[in-house]
Amino acid sequence: MSSITKKAIMATLFLSFIIYTSFVYTTGTANDAGENMITEQSKNGKLLFQKYNCVACHQLYGLGGYMGPDITNVISGKGKGPGYAKAFLKSGTQRMPDFHLSDNEIEELVAYLTYVDKTGVSPVKRFKINYNGTVAQN
Amino acid sequence: MSAFPFFKSRPLHVSMVIAWIFLSAIGGIYYYLPRYCKLPLFSNKLPRLHFWIFLVTGIAILCCYIAGKFGGRKYWEYPPILAVPIVISWLLFGFNYFKTVAKKAGEWPVYLWMWGTGILFFLFTFCESYLWLFPYFRNNIVRDITVQWKAYGALVGSWNMLVYGTAIFLMERIKGDESVARSKLSFAMYFLGLTNLLFGWAHHIYIVPAHSFIRYFAYFISMTELIILAKIIGNWKSSLTEAQKDFHLLPYKFIVASDFWIFANLTLALAISVPAINIFTHGTHITVAHAMGSMIGINTMILLASCIFLIEDIAKHEYTIGEKKAITGGFWILNFSLVIFFIALLFAGAEKGLLIIEDKLSFQEIMQHISPFLTLFTIAGFGIFTGALLVVTPSVKRISKYLRQ
Ligand code: HEC
Repeated sequence: MSSITKKAIMATLFLSFIIYTSFVYTTGTANDAGENMITEQSKNGKLLFQKYNCVACHQLYGLGGYMGPDITNVISGKGKGPGYAKAFLKSGTQRMPDFHLSDNEIEELVAYLTYVDKTGVSPVKRFKINYNGTVAQN
Repeated sequence: MSAFPFFKSRPLHVSMVIAWIFLSAIGGIYYYLPRYCKLPLFSNKLPRLHFWIFLVTGIAILCCYIAGKFGGRKYWEYPPILAVPIVISWLLFGFNYFKTVAKKAGEWPVYLWMWGTGILFFLFTFCESYLWLFPYFRNNIVRDITVQWKAYGALVGSWNMLVYGTAIFLMERIKGDESVARSKLSFAMYFLGLTNLLFGWAHHIYIVPAHSFIRYFAYFISMTELIILAKIIGNWKSSLTEAQKDFHLLPYKFIVASDFWIFANLTLALAISVPAINIFTHGTHITVAHAMGSMIGINTMILLASCIFLIEDIAKHEYTIGEKKAITGGFWILNFSLVIFFIALLFAGAEKGLLIIEDKLSFQEIMQHISPFLTLFTIAGFGIFTGALLVVTPSVKRISKYLRQ
């Protein structure tokens, strides 16, 4: 492979990468609920979610640790909801630590989970598989 | 356990693994450039500085975990301020590397391209993984997660570039055949790998409600890796006879093992990049199997090969027969345990995925169902540890003896 060819391939890849990256940073991720449903309270909740490293055990959209369940939809889940989530955060369980959170922190964390819940579904349980290997959510 | 609970030990574990990959890959590159590539380092002082920054930052990260201070994001679970010295150390590394290889006359072998790519893209993706510090990224979970996994996909790709480059370099040395790193085919594979690094990361976020183009594009790009798989299978016979010839060489053994794991892991990666399969496997232990297969099976095997090669070289001496026996024994225990470990995770993941979609059992009941596999996984984990210990002990002894002289 000549040195010119290598450089040309490199330049093409690099340019495409820049274009694709700008798409991902903007239109590609401009999800309506994701962009507009967030409140001041849930913004703080997000930072708390990171501060207490909830993702070491839990998943959002299937991403995170596996000690605890996926909590993307804990707020709208059957038989669950804000009160249910608060109970876990108040005192922990045998397997989940008690973080000694203040009432305000609990409110903010639940506000964050409420926001997350509005943006989508995880795990996806109802779907249709297409012939080309792609998936359509019902 | 209560003094050092899971939410503290997990980040510690992840950081240790990354430290092992970086230290051994970077150390190898600093060592090989002047001695084997006829490229004296532009600066011999900078690597020392690099080392000390790395060490001090590492200790600071450790202290943060013990104190329970987290950044709360996968991989970099320490407070974000500690990213600053890491970026600085990579800038030093990159500066020294490119100043050094710029002196190379004639065509670069492919591993010099790979190391350079690894360094540049690490810097880019590492910074990208901190974009969440800006509210624009942080306050839209779809953007936050997508950009995070875009960065991580390429990040793993970038350290794979450092490690695979090392593998090709070692093959060239062991075989004494310079064409390995200069053929058209090896460059074609390099560009294909780079394309996947840049564009093939979205299988982590298929279920995140980002633009569907991101999904389809990643699916399409990932499938180009079928070409790599086909090439591996095509070379099967010739590589098998060659492997037999040189299998007695210690570093070569580990390279052959990494080839096996590349095959197993690539097959798995291709499967879980198909959205119809991913929907069952995402968020299950199958993802862990994939991560472990690549971290232990591929990266660690290659880097062990590199460490053994390097130590034999420094000590100007092959290992003694006793040491060789220990390392070979460890090699088999390590690989055999890893096979069990890998399979246990696949089964645990498959069962978890199916049970979640069936939607009849609670989380705890599902965990109970898969617990036999997780027990097997834990036992195999001890096997991996024992094997690794057997492999590493003679080398550590050798190095400490050498340092004392
Ligand atoms: C050490 C692991 C661990 C950490 C860290 C952790 N959790 Fe949990 N969490 C669990 C486990 C395990 C459960 C399942 C309940 C049980 O088995 O006791 C759970 C349950 C929950 C539930 C109920 C989920 C459901 O669908 O039933 C919520 C909500 C929750 N956790 C939120 C959080 C938040 C928010 C944080 C961070 C502040 C957090 N957890 C940190 C382990 C953890």
